[in-house]
Amino acid sequence: MGRKVGIVATGQTKHGPKRLDVNLRELITEAVTRALEDAGLRMEDVDAVFLGNMEPFEGFMFPELWSVEGWGGYLKPSVKFNTGGTVGTTTTMAAYYYVAAGLYDTVLAVGFEKQSDGHTQAAITTVGDPVWERTMMAGAVGNFAVMASTYIHESGVTPEQAAKVAVKARRNACNNEYAHLQMPNLTVEEVLASQILAHPIRKLDMCPQSDGAVAMVIAEESKARKLAPRPAWIRAVATAHEQQYMGDSPKRLAIMRSQIAASQKVYKAVGITNPRKELDVAEIYEVATYAEMAMYENLGFCERGHGGKLIDEGVTSMNGELPVNPSGGVLSTNPIGATAMIRVAEAALQVMGKAGTRQVPNVRTALATGYGGNAWTDALILASN
Amino acid sequence: MATTKAEVVEQKALRIPFRLSMEYEYALGAHAERFFGELRDHGRILGVRCPSCNRVYVPPRPVCGICYAETREWVPVSDEGSLVGCTVVELPFIDPMTGEQRPVPYGFAMVRLDGADTAMYHFLEETDPKRIHVGQRVKAVFRDQRTGSLLDIQHFRTLEEAR
Repeated sequence: MGRKVGIVATGQTKHGPKRLDVNLRELITEAVTRALEDAGLRMEDVDAVFLGNMEPFEGFMFPELWSVEGWGGYLKPSVKFNTGGTVGTTTTMAAYYYVAAGLYDTVLAVGFEKQSDGHTQAAITTVGDPVWERTMMAGAVGNFAVMASTYIHESGVTPEQAAKVAVKARRNACNNEYAHLQMPNLTVEEVLASQILAHPIRKLDMCPQSDGAVAMVIAEESKARKLAPRPAWIRAVATAHEQQYMGDSPKRLAIMRSQIAASQKVYKAVGITNPRKELDVAEIYEVATYAEMAMYENLGFCERGHGGKLIDEGVTSMNGELPVNPSGGVLSTNPIGATAMIRVAEAALQVMGKAGTRQVPNVRTALATGYGGNAWTDALILASN
Repeated sequence: MATTKAEVVEQKALRIPFRLSMEYEYALGAHAERFFGELRDHGRILGVRCPSCNRVYVPPRPVCGICYAETREWVPVSDEGSLVGCTVVELPFIDPMTGEQRPVPYGFAMVRLDGADTAMYHFLEETDPKRIHVGQRVKAVFRDQRTGSLLDIQHFRTLEEAR
């Protein structure tokens, strides 16, 4: 174990479908200046910067170099990560490792993506293997549709239950000033009537494509205590990878081996045996409605096959036993290089008691997850002690 | 509804277009070469068996990801199998393989061939989502003129099921 490390401040942009009022660099600056302001720090107080982004979307080689002024990198050590959907959590975990190891005391972690500059679904198709998968793929939507069909077969979840997940997300997002999709009056009927993209996935079952950035200040214990009255301590982190080819793990969403492995590892590290009771809130990387229900099962929030029941019973709603994604989640906001770090930042806000109208009362322990590739998982436990 | 600030910005914003056309040619690797050679020349589908866990991989993988064991034993599998996941895509999008819009609707699936433990992505002939389901029996339709690619199998055709 290394030094104790805490998240002390966060900053987010207003996420949206097309932030044409800013370029990529300006978008990053918006998040970074807000995080520094939140911490009461200046750029000179930051020892190093860790960046996360998924390059193919914007068509920049070295987006971190092109945007260096945007994140204050002049003469500072920094490193950029690209691990796909998980990049936001990977970047957070890398920052954590450096600070825990004692190499730096105060660092910035930044995730960013400006999807309106490029072609999201075409870029995502390049995630697939060119020999075996790209020919059939239809971006992320097609993959999720195939995986969802397997999950439906395994668990018996219904389109109505999926629609309830969509409604929960977009209504929660109304309490989040930064969220992209805010739909206060969305109904189950409207979700079920939205355009079919790939059976069984409808438009409102799927996450949007967003422009957005997020930044966090992460510090070792003594600095963290000075910078924040109630830091969100990073108590455990884990990464687990999965066999990448879709068909090599045919039930990859219904039985998400990487998510089971990573979550069990962080639960064990902090002594959680009943996550539904012992976690106070979760910010998970859910991507699609059906995926959220499958993840309830894989994260141990309920028994296998009960993901739909959990949403029916309101267990994961704002006033439920374990609120999931008070921020509105990925279903409401998805600037991919930032998305997983937004999960961490939102979980940190909950632990710090700074989540405003989306605050869950008395949060002591929070889970954040990242999802990437065709089923990799990052998992982090943040806590108030 | 009043025009929002964001919409005003969007209408006025200047943007620079950039078109990128880059061609790639991926080497298939030894296992895929053998698989496609067999498919092209004999219309046979081969898998590989993991020496450690005995799992049969179709498509063939040079290393079992779970055991980290190299796979060298080739085994023939059936051209019939079952769907473990399936969809019909309705969303029109640009196919990055060709740069053209992919015709929709089209069906695609994870197909587990009899004798295999893993599943392969492939097209379905059927485009009515009501007529495909997990567990559906299917059979490969081979092209007459085969060149050594996954598309030497034209698609999978659903088989009548006993009621």
